[in-house]
Amino acid sequence: MRHATLSVRGRVPGIHDSRRVPRALHPVAWWIWALGLVIAVNRTTNPLLLILALSVLGFVVANRRTDAPWARAFKYYLMVALFIIAARIVFQSVFTAGLESGDHVLFELPHIRTPRWYAGVQIGGPVSLEATLSATVDGLRLGTMICCIGAANALANPKRALRVLPGALYELGMAVVVSISLAPQLIESVQRVARARRLRAGQRRGFRALRSIAIPVLADALERSVLLAAAMDSRGYGRTGPATRATRRLTATLLLAGMVGVCAGCYGLLNGSGPRLLATPAILAGAVLCSAGLALGGRRVRRTHYRPDPWRAPEWIVAGCGLISAVTLYFTSGYNAADLNPSFSPLRFPALPALPAVAILIAAAAAFAAPPPRRRVSGSVGVPDAAGGRIARPEVSA
Amino acid sequence: MIDFDRVTITYDGAERPVLREVSLHVAEGELCLVVGRTGVGKSTLLGAINGLVPHFTGGTLGGRVTVAGRDTAAHPPRELADVVGVVGQDPLAGFVTDTVEEELAYGMEQLVIAPEVMRKRVEETLDLLGLAALRQRPLIEISGGQQQRVAIGAVLTAHPRVLVLDEPTSALDPTAAEEVLAAITRLVHDLGLTVLLAEHRLERVVQYADTVVHLPGDGTAAAGPPAEMLLTATVAPPVVELGRLARWRPLPLSVRDARRRAGPLRARLPVSPPAASATGAATGETALRARQIVVRYGEVVAVRGVDLELHGGEIAAVMGRNGSGKSSLLWAIQGAGRRQAGAVAIAGRDPKDLPPREARALVALVPQTPSDLLYLNTVGAELAQADRESAASKSPPARELLDQLAPRIGDDAHPRELSEGQRLSLVLAIQLRVAPRVVLLDEPTRGLDYGAKAALHAILQRLAAQRRSVVIATHDVEFVAATCDRVVVMADGDVIADGPTPEIVVASPAFAPQVAKILAPLRYLKATQVADALDESRSLPGMVSG
Repeated sequence: MRHATLSVRGRVPGIHDSRRVPRALHPVAWWIWALGLVIAVNRTTNPLLLILALSVLGFVVANRRTDAPWARAFKYYLMVALFIIAARIVFQSVFTAGLESGDHVLFELPHIRTPRWYAGVQIGGPVSLEATLSATVDGLRLGTMICCIGAANALANPKRALRVLPGALYELGMAVVVSISLAPQLIESVQRVARARRLRAGQRRGFRALRSIAIPVLADALERSVLLAAAMDSRGYGRTGPATRATRRLTATLLLAGMVGVCAGCYGLLNGSGPRLLATPAILAGAVLCSAGLALGGRRVRRTHYRPDPWRAPEWIVAGCGLISAVTLYFTSGYNAADLNPSFSPLRFPALPALPAVAILIAAAAAFAAPPPRRRVSGSVGVPDAAGGRIARPEVSA
Repeated sequence: MIDFDRVTITYDGAERPVLREVSLHVAEGELCLVVGRTGVGKSTLLGAINGLVPHFTGGTLGGRVTVAGRDTAAHPPRELADVVGVVGQDPLAGFVTDTVEEELAYGMEQLVIAPEVMRKRVEETLDLLGLAALRQRPLIEISGGQQQRVAIGAVLTAHPRVLVLDEPTSALDPTAAEEVLAAITRLVHDLGLTVLLAEHRLERVVQYADTVVHLPGDGTAAAGPPAEMLLTATVAPPVVELGRLARWRPLPLSVRDARRRAGPLRARLPVSPPAASATGAATGETALRARQIVVRYGEVVAVRGVDLELHGGEIAAVMGRNGSGKSSLLWAIQGAGRRQAGAVAIAGRDPKDLPPREARALVALVPQTPSDLLYLNTVGAELAQADRESAASKSPPARELLDQLAPRIGDDAHPRELSEGQRLSLVLAIQLRVAPRVVLLDEPTRGLDYGAKAALHAILQRLAAQRRSVVIATHDVEFVAATCDRVVVMADGDVIADGPTPEIVVASPAFAPQVAKILAPLRYLKATQVADALDESRSLPGMVSG
């Protein structure tokens, strides 16, 4: 029975290995993996590599996401990516920068004469194939980066990821969690109030119309936050340990000083013109101060974790895959760096550099390394339906 | 377990205290029901138990509240989280996490309970409340009754000794409410928890209560056995009304008890109430004609080809479980909601084709959350705005309408500060200002106490007398039995039954009101009909037998 289920899924053989215990991968591992890909993608405008990266994202998401609502969001990120590409092409066509010699003209838009003091930008005019292609690739790069973040969101519950924050930042994390949960409710209440406005036939435009939507929605949101705060208070949120005003101030001072140190150090390192000798000690000192602040603040917050996500071999492998992609494309050694950013004038098909392609493909290994996710059907075996290809999901009694 | 010692609570800026010199003792393992009309301080009393009042809400507390030996003046709510569990009206508003399992664990994480203990308690609680199948499910995807059970489970995992529930079923449909109340009574019997419960659907819980705390409205509170307290309480479920009328002592609290006592009463009453269709299902001109209404949300069909015809002066109820298409039908008729197919004719015109201003003069809709229509700072401003919006209409000014519906609401009051019933009256006054022919009400009785429901009943009768038609989407069987001439039952987007209230309601075990169950096979729906019948038989002494 179980074997039949697996084959019906029709995905890559071996990826739904029944011997592996389904569990959620540590959210931080997914985020490292995704951010690694962001860094890698940021380095290249080679359309072949970008499309390869997108395929890797799609493959991993399709095989390792759960049934939860946030896991279904990946397609919206894909739509945003398409929109970015389209917008980039439109802007490139309208605000042309003029033709270069040897450009292939695709079509010509009506040209609008701009005043002389505005001569840098032209509006309309001939649109070349070369410029359009480079705009497409540029949009594709940004779109792929956004899809990386989307993949991380689909694969790891963002709220669970915030749970790993150190104790001192717990309150900050909680604020983010609450705002994440209130956002969908806010959208729902805007829709409800906007629909209800027709019932009263108030003004359609202007300040009063805005007010007739904003006031009920804000009042609603405020009421909800107060209810949530009361509920959290009643359930023991913020049972502070023996923390005095003095320790709180000390924590804040340490953290602030530490952050200033780290920022100054980073500036020194990246700028190059500053005194380079000071940079490393500043970063180190800043890091030490920050750690002290976090440790001191963390002592005050006493909490336990329910079923903490373990960090085992799959987590190392998934995070490592992302880092390998990032490192390979960041340090351009072992291949021709020009292949990462091929030029479209003169027009030619871009080459696929072997090493970066392999590095991006390695990120796909996450789909095999990560354990299969826990699906909703807990305790009941999925039954293949008559049409095949899908698992009939028994509805839990409502 | 819980002691109130001469407790007086005054909110900041209030002229007089909400609670005055209240002394109470709730013993361990008791199920204590807090009753009283809206706004008498039930929530204040319950909030004082875990210190939300005054630590969170502000105000001044006089006297002493102690729970399990801890004084709430010295312990804020979070320090009482391991002793008192609090569950509110809207479960979704209190959820902090995403999934059932994480929500159950959240409180324990705050209380620094060891991971192994947490795991064990979560599993036990999942079984105790029948949530095991839902453990991985996102909280927003499960039904309202399940959400409320999760909210109860989430406070139970901290192993509190007191459970405080403030109207836990008022936002739920009857099936979900039943589910939640069954879970609560099970907790009382199996775990010996001390439970304090405020609930406006008294008919569902009063038979399980050990004590009733009655707040008459003057700031005092009186506690006692349910059968004694309800003799004179300001709120009473239909079974108690009938018991008071028939002078049964001790007062029966459940349909079962009342039915066993009702033999002699049944023998005295004629088979049908004196004027069976007193409201007289209006005949004559058709006020509204809806044909083949279809409403779809993507692939989900909410209403599939429904026909509805209403006469002037008719009050009809649309009933059915949550998601059966009741609201969608009302919104589609009004024209403000979606309608993919079908036609509506009111005075020969379809409100969907008209601009909003003309549509609402034909058919007015009061939505489920009436406050969505209110956006000004004072009641006076809202009423003035309503007069401006409806200048063309001949009906009396909005102020006059409001005074008929709910007297004594000052111009200076903020609409958000009104009680549910007052807010509903305000919106109704605004919507009636244009004198619409048809009035649609979506779940108007949600959050109303018996008194407010009686007021709404009177308002609707007056509208019917003016030959206007009313359609109410509701779950409230008792209100339907008392008010509506006709019942339309919907399921899965279809109309599955349509007919006069007595026929539809008495025939169904799910929909039958308490009085009908007690007096079956006689065809009575409400206590007032019994009173009228008794009056009549008294005026004709020859008919009284025994």
